[in-house]
Amino acid sequence: MRRILVVEDSSSTRAFIRAILEDTAFAKAYGGTEVVEASGGFDAMRLLPRSRFDLILTDINMPDVNGLELIQFIRKSEHYKATPLIIVSTQSAERDVERGISLGANGYVAKPFTAEELRAACMKLLVAKEG
Amino acid sequence: MAEFGGGRGDNAGERAREEFFSEAQEVVDGLSRDLVLLDAVAKRGESDAELVNDIFRAVHTMKGLSGLFGAAMMSALSHELENLLDDLRLGRIELSSEVLDLLFRSVELYGKILASSRGDAPEPAAEVKDLLAALSHVSEQKAGAGGTLVAQYELDPGLLGVLTEYEEHRLRTNIQLGLSLYRMRVTFSLMTIDSALDDLKARTRPHGEILTYLPTGEGGDADTIELEILVASKVSLDALRAAVGGPNVIVAEVERRGGASVPQPDVRQNRATGPAAAGPAVETGEFSAHIPSNPPVGGARSVPPTAFRTTPPSAAAMSLAPPPEEHARVSLAPHGIAAGPDGKDLSLRSVSQTVRVDIRKLDHLMNIVGELAIVRGTISKLTERVRGQLEMRELGTELHRLHRSFDRHLTQMQNGILEVRMVPLGQVFDKLARIVRQAAREHEKQANLVIAGADTEIDKLIVEELSDPLMHMIRNAIDHGIESRDERMRVGKPPVGTIALNAFQKGNHVVIEIEDDGRGMDQKRILAVAVKRRVVSEEEATQLSSKEILNLVFMPGFTTKDEATALSGRGVGMDVVKTNIGKLGGVVDISSELGIGTKMTITLPITLAIISVLMMKIGGQTFCMPLANVEEAIGLDESLVRVVEGREVMTQRGATLPIVRLAKFFRIDDDAVSQRAYVVIGTLGDRRVGFVVDRLLGQQDIVIKALGKSLKHVRGFAGATELGDQRVGLVLDVAALIEEVLHHDDNRLAGVFGARAG
Repeated sequence: MRRILVVEDSSSTRAFIRAILEDTAFAKAYGGTEVVEASGGFDAMRLLPRSRFDLILTDINMPDVNGLELIQFIRKSEHYKATPLIIVSTQSAERDVERGISLGANGYVAKPFTAEELRAACMKLLVAKEG
Repeated sequence: MAEFGGGRGDNAGERAREEFFSEAQEVVDGLSRDLVLLDAVAKRGESDAELVNDIFRAVHTMKGLSGLFGAAMMSALSHELENLLDDLRLGRIELSSEVLDLLFRSVELYGKILASSRGDAPEPAAEVKDLLAALSHVSEQKAGAGGTLVAQYELDPGLLGVLTEYEEHRLRTNIQLGLSLYRMRVTFSLMTIDSALDDLKARTRPHGEILTYLPTGEGGDADTIELEILVASKVSLDALRAAVGGPNVIVAEVERRGGASVPQPDVRQNRATGPAAAGPAVETGEFSAHIPSNPPVGGARSVPPTAFRTTPPSAAAMSLAPPPEEHARVSLAPHGIAAGPDGKDLSLRSVSQTVRVDIRKLDHLMNIVGELAIVRGTISKLTERVRGQLEMRELGTELHRLHRSFDRHLTQMQNGILEVRMVPLGQVFDKLARIVRQAAREHEKQANLVIAGADTEIDKLIVEELSDPLMHMIRNAIDHGIESRDERMRVGKPPVGTIALNAFQKGNHVVIEIEDDGRGMDQKRILAVAVKRRVVSEEEATQLSSKEILNLVFMPGFTTKDEATALSGRGVGMDVVKTNIGKLGGVVDISSELGIGTKMTITLPITLAIISVLMMKIGGQTFCMPLANVEEAIGLDESLVRVVEGREVMTQRGATLPIVRLAKFFRIDDDAVSQRAYVVIGTLGDRRVGFVVDRLLGQQDIVIKALGKSLKHVRGFAGATELGDQRVGLVLDVAALIEEVLHHDDNRLAGVFGARAG
């Protein structure tokens, strides 16, 4: 069972990601998945200490606390300093993505993405964790 | 449909898709509101970085969404638009009227693409292509000033590391504009952070721009979080403290490396005023802005803070240290808009804590309330029976009290659900502001739209249906009403026309007035056109009152496709407007004075779920007629009934009124012949029919329910309602009845309405 935190301010993008990651084949490979949605940085900060997540997906361009600030916050915390983290953001924000990677993100999926692309990126990190 | 084809079959995918449509619509609505605000800001010669960024973010969201859900047209549009807005927010291009026009056109196109996806309109492929070309053309014109500007500043890399490109740009722009940087340290409870932060933003906004929120990762536990908020402001430290300070907010000025000429409030001093915990935080959170040489900071600062003026960013980029007087051109925007009277601009844009609810769910709840009302009726009867028995009197009193309480709560519940359905008319008015703008662009006419009563609330379903008729009426007002600039000046009117949109509640109705100060309607011309197009005969034309003449514009055939202009045209006449408003249970009236202007008044029921009806008996059965369609009810005088061309008519107020005996019409056995009958005069626009009924029971507000699937094909009934005593009353569809009576012969009518009522 894997718990995945999705930080994204667009509700339909969250729903889309949920539809992809809670899908049967992918989910079964990890003994089921649970996608937890956060609508922004603060929402994520509320959820993070209360739970245990195996994977975090975050957008960068969000109101209030941006994704970069969230990544820094996550990496500072004892609990999540090594948790796989993927940036899900538009290609045009190239410079922002680079900053995210240097702050400790492990991967990057460009929007718009296909279900396969997102699953592949998640699997890469989830497998790496097993090893 | 092609735009959003290729759906995922599974349930989760379907849900995501539904979510996509409602989110996309929400984004478009928000964009539309923000653009109107931006237009207002630009008209005042100001700018608003936060607003531009909000618009950028909205388009950015659209781009992401449309890409994910395979909406190619919307995705292409969003892509170009995002580039344009990115250039705009990063100061690479100016907010010119050309750019504004493109933004307005884009939002309109978004709406059209969404409409086409619902099958309401054709795909606007050609328009998208045109706009894409125009958008990329503007993007090519951008100045390359951004890069050199960035090179002028050296900011602490630790801070820059978590700023997005946009935030960094705002930081630099603000330093360049000579604003001071402040750091606020605030500890929030994670549970209340959203509202607490909104509050802090509202208090900060009049004084400065919030650049970013950095979680410090310190001082917090699982339930609290400490944020460092970076603010650029024109006011002094003390003023900012006074505005936002509090026991939990520590404000300090960010130190500079270069600007020695600026008096520096002692940060250490500030620390002493705050709680002890903030002490070390100030040191760790240190960051500095280094300005190499001859910064414009000094120049701008010499202007008194109360009259703070500055050039827009791009102009500042060209001359780094202009003389102070050259600064005095444009007031800095974030403050301009936020400081609007009683924070109205703020509330307009603030996102409150809301949930999205499918209106069908509310209908379902309303139906349950309807069922409960039936239960209530039964309980009421039982209670009366119990109370009538002497030995059970105590129980009866108890039951009666319970019943009254039940009744009260049920009414509250019904009102509560109705309230949820209500949305402010402002939603549709925003779109109209765009139309007026667009018209000003397309025609050589200028008009201001003055809106009053945008917060008047009305049923969500009505608001959605109102948009097209209102748009058409506004276009008409500009196209036919407002004169050209020259013509207006010649007759001594202000060169810019005014269209006033006025909404207010009047009992159970909402009234919307659309008033222009244009040339008014020429009755002679209307008559000439009506005769020419055979809407009325020449003989009829001589007998019409002036009100009747004005109402001719609502007649089918009055507007013809080939003569309609591009603006109000599209081959849709005012008759369609009237019919659409009629479908909502509303009516339109016109008054006009030649040379002075025209006023159209729409009166609508406040909700579609509850309607006021006239209850009546026909052959022992109860029927309801919506009051909106009832002109009057009079006693039937059989001696006045004549038969003309096989149809019963009577003369009423000098006009011939066709009458229909509903008992016969519905083939109900009439066993109450002896009673004195009534004629209820039903109206649809200017068409009138007298319906003969046995008895009038009075007026009542009812919850109308749709007839089930099996009865769907039976025309003539708008629905049914429960009468409170476990019996059902049918609600007559007056529009359908009148259409049938006036346009078909009676034999065919019998076939259509052959199904027995009740």
